[in-house]
Amino acid sequence: MNPLLATVRRDLLLALRRKSEVLTAVFFFVIVTSLFPLGIGPEPTLLKKIAPGILWVAALLATLLGLPRLFAADHLDGTLEQMALSPSPLGLLVAGKILAHWLLCGLPLVLLAPVLGLQFDLDPSALGILTLALLLGTPLLSLIGAIGAALTLGVRGGGVLLALLVLPLYIPALIFGAGAVEAHIAGLDVGGHLSLLAAMLVLAAFFAPWATTAALRIALE
Amino acid sequence: MDSGFGHNCAMLTVSGLACSRGERRLFSDVGFRLDPGEWLHVQGANGAGKTSLMRVLVGLAHADAGEIRWREAATPSAEFRRDLIYLGHHAAVKEDLTPLENLRLAAALDGIGLDEKAALASLVRLGLRGREDLPVRVLSAGQKRRVLLARLLTRPAILWVLDEAFNALDVGAVRLLGELIAEHLGAGGMAVLTSHQPLPVPGGKAVML
Repeated sequence: MNPLLATVRRDLLLALRRKSEVLTAVFFFVIVTSLFPLGIGPEPTLLKKIAPGILWVAALLATLLGLPRLFAADHLDGTLEQMALSPSPLGLLVAGKILAHWLLCGLPLVLLAPVLGLQFDLDPSALGILTLALLLGTPLLSLIGAIGAALTLGVRGGGVLLALLVLPLYIPALIFGAGAVEAHIAGLDVGGHLSLLAAMLVLAAFFAPWATTAALRIALE
Repeated sequence: MDSGFGHNCAMLTVSGLACSRGERRLFSDVGFRLDPGEWLHVQGANGAGKTSLMRVLVGLAHADAGEIRWREAATPSAEFRRDLIYLGHHAAVKEDLTPLENLRLAAALDGIGLDEKAALASLVRLGLRGREDLPVRVLSAGQKRRVLLARLLTRPAILWVLDEAFNALDVGAVRLLGELIAEHLGAGGMAVLTSHQPLPVPGGKAVML
């Protein structure tokens, strides 16, 4: 089996044995996005206006919730050391771990977003754009987050540091992701926003596993 | 499974190795050489730097000075990683998976296909018959160690670097690991071991830190 796919399979299997860790991030997303309509009350125009921003910020924070665990468990039990010494390139295994993180923490958000968007009175085409933007944006969040997770590995109080490190880097994804939906609601073309998101995703997919691998090698020393 | 290593070219040469932790010099000018069928016993008091030497040797840590060459080429290299297996202090097994899943996934990560029969056979050899489908979490410390040691049988490596591998093992397992190492050396393999106990493996060079 391809080492990358083997890593994905391993991490999915581990998540299956410990469901609560994955479900926490998904429930967090559902609850946070549901609190706003409840708190603000039935004002469709206001809700519609804030919907993209709130859904995106909630997705950002939900992704962040799962990041500290991305490498911590493997680091603690020594399996990360074994990965670093494996005949397979560490970058490939790291890419597999990032892909597994997206499948567990990103994809559920993409699938839930259209349902949760209904609470904000978004029409079906806006929901479609929201889902598409999240589909491009959430892998980007996992990729950038992995660099931060590797850099803060083994640092005491690393969780807070990770948030401080990663959240500013999430700003471009937030601006163009939420911007796409806002532009669509305003009747503008969304092609530019989505193209930029896709370009950032391609760039991150190329560089993030490499940067993460370098950070992990330092953390292991 | 250890058979078929080349007896001609595999060779480890270490020269002038030095390592320090912070201000403290752990060791300096450590050198040795291993040929097929030889093993090295790294000796030293607690804190002398045995584990550091092992980690530098496998490429997990950097040396301050010195050179490690594998088959005449500088390490760490992809070839070295393919020929090497390192088992350290860590359990390096996933508590939520069964011993069988642990072995097969570890092999898949290394890009080695391992069928269930071969994985099962190595677990049986390590005395884990009937435990292969239990989560590792419920096994004892010694049994977890045996799951890790089963990798020695499923991963075709020439150089075994075992750090305190005899810890937590009972009398039978110590004897078994001694046999495994002897078989490995007999097939032209090499081993670098640390231990505070006398090792049940005949011969061997020694390095004192």
